[in-house]
Parts: sequence; structure tokens; C-alpha cells
Amino acid sequence: MKEYRTITSIAGPLVFVEKTEPVGYMELVNVILADGTVKRGQVLDTSEKLVALQVFETTAGIDTHCRIRFTGEVIKMPVSKEILGRILSGSGEPLDGGPEIVPEKRLDVTGAAINPYARDNPSEFIQTGVSTIDGMNTLVRGQKLPIFSGSGLPHNDLALQIARQAKVLGAEEAFAVIFVAMGITAEEAQHFMNDFERTGALERAVVFLNLADDPAIERLITPRLALTTAEYLAYEHDMHVLVILTDMTNYCEALRQIGAAREEVPGRRGYPGYMYTDLASVYERAGRIRGKMGSITQIPILTMPGDDITHPIPDLTGYITEGQFVISRELHRRGIYPPVNVLPSLSRLMNSGIGVGKTREDHKAVSDQLYAAYAEGKDLRGLVAIVGKESLSDRDKTFLEFADAFEDKFVRQGYEEDRSIEYTLQLSWDLLATLPEAQLTRIDRKLIEKYHPAHVAKKVAEPVPAASS
Amino acid sequence: MEVGQKGRIYRVAGPVVTVTGIEAKMYDLVKVGDEGLMGEVIEIDRDKFIIQVYEDTSGLKPGEPVENTGLPLSVELGPGLLSSIYDGIQRPLPVLNKRLGDFIERGVAAAGLDHSKKWDFVPEAKPGDEVRGGQSIGYVQETANLKHKIMVPPNKTGMIKTIEQGEYTVDDVIATLDDGTELKLMQEWPVRVSRPVSEKLMPDTPLVTGQRILDALFPVAKGGTAAIPGPFGSGKTVAQQQLAKWSDTQIVVYIGCGERGNEMADVLTEFPELEDPQTNAPLMDRTVLVANTSNMPVAAREASVYTGMTVAEYFRDMGYDVSLMADSTSRWAEAMREISSRLEEMPGEEGYPAYLAAKLAEFYERSGRVKTLGGDEGSITVIGAVSPPGGDFSEPVTQNTLRIVKVFWALDSKLSQRRHFPSINWLDSYSLYTQNLAEWFVDHVAGDWEGLRMRAMAILQKESELQEIVQLVGSDALPDDEQLTLEVARMIREYFLQQNAYHEVDTYCPLQKQHDILAAIMVYDDLARNALNMGKLVDDIINIPAKAELAQIKFEEEYGSRLEEIETAMRTELA
Repeated sequence: MKEYRTITSIAGPLVFVEKTEPVGYMELVNVILADGTVKRGQVLDTSEKLVALQVFETTAGIDTHCRIRFTGEVIKMPVSKEILGRILSGSGEPLDGGPEIVPEKRLDVTGAAINPYARDNPSEFIQTGVSTIDGMNTLVRGQKLPIFSGSGLPHNDLALQIARQAKVLGAEEAFAVIFVAMGITAEEAQHFMNDFERTGALERAVVFLNLADDPAIERLITPRLALTTAEYLAYEHDMHVLVILTDMTNYCEALRQIGAAREEVPGRRGYPGYMYTDLASVYERAGRIRGKMGSITQIPILTMPGDDITHPIPDLTGYITEGQFVISRELHRRGIYPPVNVLPSLSRLMNSGIGVGKTREDHKAVSDQLYAAYAEGKDLRGLVAIVGKESLSDRDKTFLEFADAFEDKFVRQGYEEDRSIEYTLQLSWDLLATLPEAQLTRIDRKLIEKYHPAHVAKKVAEPVPAASS
Repeated sequence: MEVGQKGRIYRVAGPVVTVTGIEAKMYDLVKVGDEGLMGEVIEIDRDKFIIQVYEDTSGLKPGEPVENTGLPLSVELGPGLLSSIYDGIQRPLPVLNKRLGDFIERGVAAAGLDHSKKWDFVPEAKPGDEVRGGQSIGYVQETANLKHKIMVPPNKTGMIKTIEQGEYTVDDVIATLDDGTELKLMQEWPVRVSRPVSEKLMPDTPLVTGQRILDALFPVAKGGTAAIPGPFGSGKTVAQQQLAKWSDTQIVVYIGCGERGNEMADVLTEFPELEDPQTNAPLMDRTVLVANTSNMPVAAREASVYTGMTVAEYFRDMGYDVSLMADSTSRWAEAMREISSRLEEMPGEEGYPAYLAAKLAEFYERSGRVKTLGGDEGSITVIGAVSPPGGDFSEPVTQNTLRIVKVFWALDSKLSQRRHFPSINWLDSYSLYTQNLAEWFVDHVAGDWEGLRMRAMAILQKESELQEIVQLVGSDALPDDEQLTLEVARMIREYFLQQNAYHEVDTYCPLQKQHDILAAIMVYDDLARNALNMGKLVDDIINIPAKAELAQIKFEEEYGSRLEEIETAMRTELA
């Protein structure tokens, strides 16, 4: 191995080294301090004489006399099936006191892009047991669907509920959860671990912990280690892997920190111009591959700074992921759990995961009708605040009441409540039945006749001549 | 190899690599490193050549060899393009999949066309004919419906010496000219140079898309340009895919530029199963896909729009109508920004390079209805999606695009949130082609087309004014005739503008049906106003059963007789 003692300057997380032999771009580097401590870093810029390194941990303690060892290889993740049930640090070292992982393989963490031609279209419905998700923003296997939240909102509970309840109907298959903590507090991480332990999910899980007091730069590597592990489990061991990444906002902050240290031209709000590409290299590792049994589904969680959905972090994420669940502070304040605001929420892959043979033929139409009716009801609330309820027409009043009932019955459910899709759809029809039938313009008449409670009741009652009109 | 001079890598920083020891021209294609990664010269600084590399550069070291091909980045044009799916630099993804497996590893060259497949060439010129650049000398029946014309390359001219029918690969000589020039089924063309035409013409025919709001309210002409800007989740991609599916052009080039991998998978599963409404052949038969997803190398993303455009121009030169969808031009602009920032160029607005506007204009200007060198008429319609950060239309990419394009379809997340699709805002959108195209619609669809369009727009405009009042005082406080206007506007929005892309009938609405639905709504409008004057109550007018039936017409394939019944019923109920 090539070793140098030629550090010329240190600035933030960046270390500049003079050298004589060629060093590869993105190569892994060890920085050895006087007391023998080893810090790891990565090559960001390499030219004939000078190399710029980014050190993952803090540069505290590094001086110009430190030894620099170039390893000659890019960062790799040791993987084996034994990794299930383990708790690892943000750079992949065991934290649970267990033995080192005996690698079956060592995989490059950058991960090549999946050939779009090799991708399989995600279309398997995942029942999460949460009505707002299953009914209106359906999750499918191989999707990446983030939770857009804000500080102090119960996004972690929702993520846990999804992780606990998610299943593909009629299938008993190998699954695993990979939990990736980036810059969250020890307490939050503990909340996840306790829930995993309580439900026995830990033995099917791999946990990567980069906590708030761990080096920020390490956060840039953590999701890549985790997704490399996910790819190994999904594509080599046929497992269905659910990856929960929290909190992507901390990841982006780390990205900005490095960009600033490198004196790059900043893009919007100081975040680097390549943040879209960088985030894509994380999110796009979700998916399915034709001919492979396994899949990777991602649920990244991010807290929107100032609840602002146009902030670059949620904005760029939304352009890459296949939809989003938006958590609403307003609903949370009113005590509704899970406080999912369905209006800005979206699942782009919903249409390929629902319908005949998957959920039910009326799913799409019912969902559209719920959206339209709830949006109208919410608009009317604004109007009522100005002109009072009395000046609404009768039609408008039914929509106003619908919106209240929708939030109370459909959105609100228990933390442990696991609703079947049939239950969710039945609930939807019961709510829609409170509206005049002529207002259900999004639903095909045939479906109304088949599923609308009034028609269903009529059908049952038909043999007996109708008593009243 | 003799051609390639050998140089060495001097510096590596992301996709930007500096090399020394070669003599290259700007935009020459070079092979970088031991693995021969493809790259392009984008800056020359004395003896240093700065190269953007189309593949991942991890592990690349200073000192590794560099070879200059001396040629600019080009695409292969010839039979076999149709139903292909390429990455940003025309490497066929199925070939990469076969050779490399499910992930795209680097350092692999793959030809754009299949060089072993034989095509049946039918000559239409004979020895002794004088031919010039762009002229067709014969054809290959590439698909059931498309004659792939074999043209003399634009810069060649002369007299045909030999030409023969037969089965040829794209490399075989099919004809020779008297000066010894050999003509093949395939030609190459540098992607950054637009293919020459003889004359640009004014667009005068609409691109029929089967999407009611687009055809009826904001039509784009064949050879025109349109932009679809919108925040995420507002239905840009669905709109682009609907256009790719239903546009009445012979060729569709779809560029997935920096977008989602699963979306391309969706296109790839769906297109082969769908039928072209004009020919009933699979849609894939007329489609060329360029897919450079967001996680594929950024430099290849920058090149992908040029690759797609060059393919489009090649088909236009045969005299075909081509539509080109670019989803999304913002990702292309970001790729330019990323490379510009690695070059440490002085940034313009929001970090974008100062030449952003020029590059966008150059790209859209390659569209148009033209007289080709061969004397035919062909067109390229460009429809570019724009993804403005935070949905803010004042950002540089949207603004610079709006300065160029003639049609603007403004997507609105408020509409998509209430599942009004396509969520195109009818007040913000515009088309500068309506006047030019009015005549066509009158000749080909109905005499009152333009009148209906203006009337519908006026009602929608009036609605937005009335809504402001309603927000203050409630709808009951409006006079009866204005309540009726609100109702008719609602009918236009719900019965006409809303269109379900996933409903097998509603996904494509023929022009005649578009006209008939809108006309029926206006019949109701007339009858309702008449009834109001006769003293009927506005609530009764609004709640007539026949009107609700009208909502279902768009879902019915054979709607003619049903529509007549509804109109008769409306007349009785409002009499």
C-alpha cells in the first residue's frame, strides 16, 4: 500500500495531500493519526501531484504529520446472509457487540444504475392496513414513496405502522426491513429499536445507525451501505426488502456542508447543484428487476424545514420518488392519527397496483371521488368561515359534512389498527353515500349500481315489494 | 490503432476529466482510461483538454491512457431505429442488458443499430439518375406501416452508377455514385449539428392528440413547440405519455431525460400492448425511446436530448411527421449546470450557466414544419416538460422556455389534488396557434368549432370572476343567470375538460366527439337560459336528470344515439 506524510492543507472535512503515484477517483483512504487512530476518507479530486480527500469523521486531531494510506479500492460493503438481525454503525461496523460480519461478498457501495430495460413494472399491491394509504395512495412493491413531515409530527409512528403491517395479500414470502438512521437522536432511534424488538421484527432487520452526534459526512455513505445490503438481499437472496431512511433532511444538510467546504458554486438555498443527481442515486435504487424474485421498496422520511413543501429537499425528492405521503400539522393538532393530508399526497404507481384481480374494480373511481369530494368540502370550510354555514346551498352542506366525516372516520385510525382493503373500500362507500348520488360524477354508473349502499340495500330488499318511496 | 493519438489523464473530478497529450477539436469523442470510457471534449486550455465523461469515473486514475477518435459524438441512422430503446448516447439498453446483466456497468461500447440483421431494400432510383443530398433512392419496409426511406446523405450529390434490390445489412453497399461514393442503409450524423432542410414552412395543421383540453382549447400545430411546466405530482409525465400514445404523427421520439426508472419500465410494458389509433399497429412500432434515468451518468443525460432530436430529424427528412417529447428539459438544464460548475465557469441565474437560454433556444429551433432536401414536407413537433423547483414558474428554465415556445400548458397542483386530470389550468395556459388552425378545424371537423371554443373560454373566464364574488358572499347571493353560468362552467370542467387517461374509452377522444360533447353542453346552456326567462326556478333547471346523463357520454364509445336522446330529454325537461 502506498503511504504518504505529505498533507499540505486541511479545511473543514477536506484534506489535501501531495503524492507521486496515481490515485483513483473515489478511492478509499485511511488517515492514521499519531496515536494510531485510523480515520477513513474518500478521494474527491485527483490530479498528477495533488489529491483532495473528504474525511468521513471529524478532522479533529489530524495534522500535517499524519500518515495517509491509499487503499487502492473504492468503498465496499461486506455482506452475507448473517447480516440479518445486526445493528451496525453508519459506516458499517457492528455496534451490537456481536462478531465481525464474515463477508460472503464485498460489494461496491456506489452501485451501478439499474438498466431501465431490465426493470420490471412494480404492480404488486402492498396492504399497509392504513386507509389513507391503501385506499387513496396505494403502495406497491418496488416503489419509493417518502413521508414528507415536519418536526414534532408522528412520522416515525406511521413508518413503524407501515413496517409492521405491510403485507402482500395471499403471499408468504421472505421479507426484511432495513432501517437507516441518519443524524436522528438516540432517543428516536431507540423508539424504532423498541418497536422492532417488541414485534420480533429485529431478527428480520438490519439497522444502520448514524446518530445526531456521529460525523455528518458519514451520513453520505450510510444510505449507500444500506442499499448495497438491500440489493444483495433482494437480488441474490430473493427477499422483499423494505428500506426506511430517516431523516433525509440530515443527509442533504451533510451534502451542503461538503459542498460548502469544497467551495462549490451553490444552487438553490446553498444546496449543491448536483443534489438532484445525488438524491437520485439513492432513491433510484428501489425497484424490481425482471426475472428476480426479490424487490426493494423505499420509505424515506424527511422533515420539511418550516413545513415548506417547496424547500429544495422535499422538492427534489418529490421529483424523483413515485409520490409522497404528506403529514399535516393541522390534522395532528386536532388529534387525528395518522395525520396524513391526502390532498397533496400521491402514489404514482397506484394505478398499476389496484383494480380487478389486485384489489377491486371500483378502487380507482372511489379514490378519485373521495379526493374530489374532500377537496370540495375543504374549500367550503374556508367559505363558511366568511359567510357562515347558513348561506350554503343544501348540496354544499352535504359536502361540508362529508369532509368532517371523512377526517373522523376514514383518516383517523388506531396505531395498532390494521384495516383490510375491503374494509377501507366499504368505509369509502358508506361515506360517499352521504352525498347525493348525482354528485358522484367520477364513478361509472355500473359501479354505483353494484357497490353504492343504497343500491346494495335495494337489491337485498328487491324480492319484497317496496314499502315506501 | 493509428487513428487514435494517445494521451494521459491529468486530473479527475467527478464526470469532468482533464487530459494532456492529445490534439483534439472541440466536441471530439475520446476514450478515457484503461476501460475506454466514452467522453467528449468540452473545453481546451492550452495543452489541457477538458472532457465530460458519459460514465461513472470512480477509480479512474491520473496517468491512465486517453485515446482521441477525432470524430464528434454521432448517432447511427438507418433501419432498426424504430421500437428501439437507447441510453443518452444511443447504446441500445437491451443489448447492454444482455451483455452486462441488470445493472449498467461501464466501459462498454454498443452500436446503435443491429449490424447483423438483413433488411430487404427496394430501390426506387435507377442507374443514371442524378441524385442530391436528402433525396430518397429506395426504401426498406421497416414495419407494416412505415417505409423507411433510404436517403442520400445531406452532403453528397452525384449520378447513380449502381443500385440493386436485395437483402442487406446496414453496412453493405446498396448503391454507388459515379464519383465512387458508396451508399449504405445507414448513415451517421453528429448529434449537436442540426440536419439541413431546404426551407422552413409555417405550421398549419393541428397535432391531434385526442386530449380534449389540448385539441379544443390549446392546440399545438404540427411542427410547433409546446411546454408543459408543473410542480411534481401535477401530472406532467402522464400528460407526456398520453401525447406519446395518441398524437397523430407517424413517428414518436420519447426522451426520458433524468427521470424515474420505473416510469420507463411502465412505458416499456405498456407501449407494446397499446394500439396506434391511426394504424392499429402496436404503438411501439412507431416509437423510439431514449432513456437516461436520473441515476445514470449526468453527461449522457446532457447528450440525450440531442440524440433524440437527431433521430427525429432523420425521420422528418423522409417526409414524416414526428413528435418529440422531452421529459424533462429541467433535468437537462441541471446536467448542464452540474458540468458547468465542475468546469468552474462563472454562473448565471441560480447557478445555471449563462448560455442556458441559448442552448434551450437552439434545441427548440430544431423543431418546425419544413420542406426537406428531398422535396417532401415533414415536421417535428417538440413538447418539452419543465419541472420548476417548488412549482415556481419564475425560475430560469421555465422563463427561458416560455420565451421560445408557442404553446403553454400550465399544470396546476391544485387541480391534481382534487384529481382533476389532465390538471392543465385553463386560465393560465395559452396557444398562439388557435388562429392559424381555426380554418383546419372548420374544414375538417365542424363549422362552429372556433365559435364553441371561444364561447367555452368565455364561460370559464366568467366563472373565475364570479368565483371571487362567491368566495365573499356565497353562491346563493348571485343572480339566477350567474348561478347558471357557474353551473355551465362546472359542466365544461367536469364533463368536458376532465379526461381519464386510465379509462379505455375516455383515454382518447376523437375530434368529432370533442365537438359533440361541447356542443351538447352549449345546447343545455341555451335551453337553460330560455327556461329561466320563461320563469323556471334555477334549482330545477340545474337538477334535471338528463343533464347528469351527459356526464357519462365521455365514457361511451358509441355515443351518438345516446347523445341525441339526452338532448331530446333536455328539451322536454326544460320546456
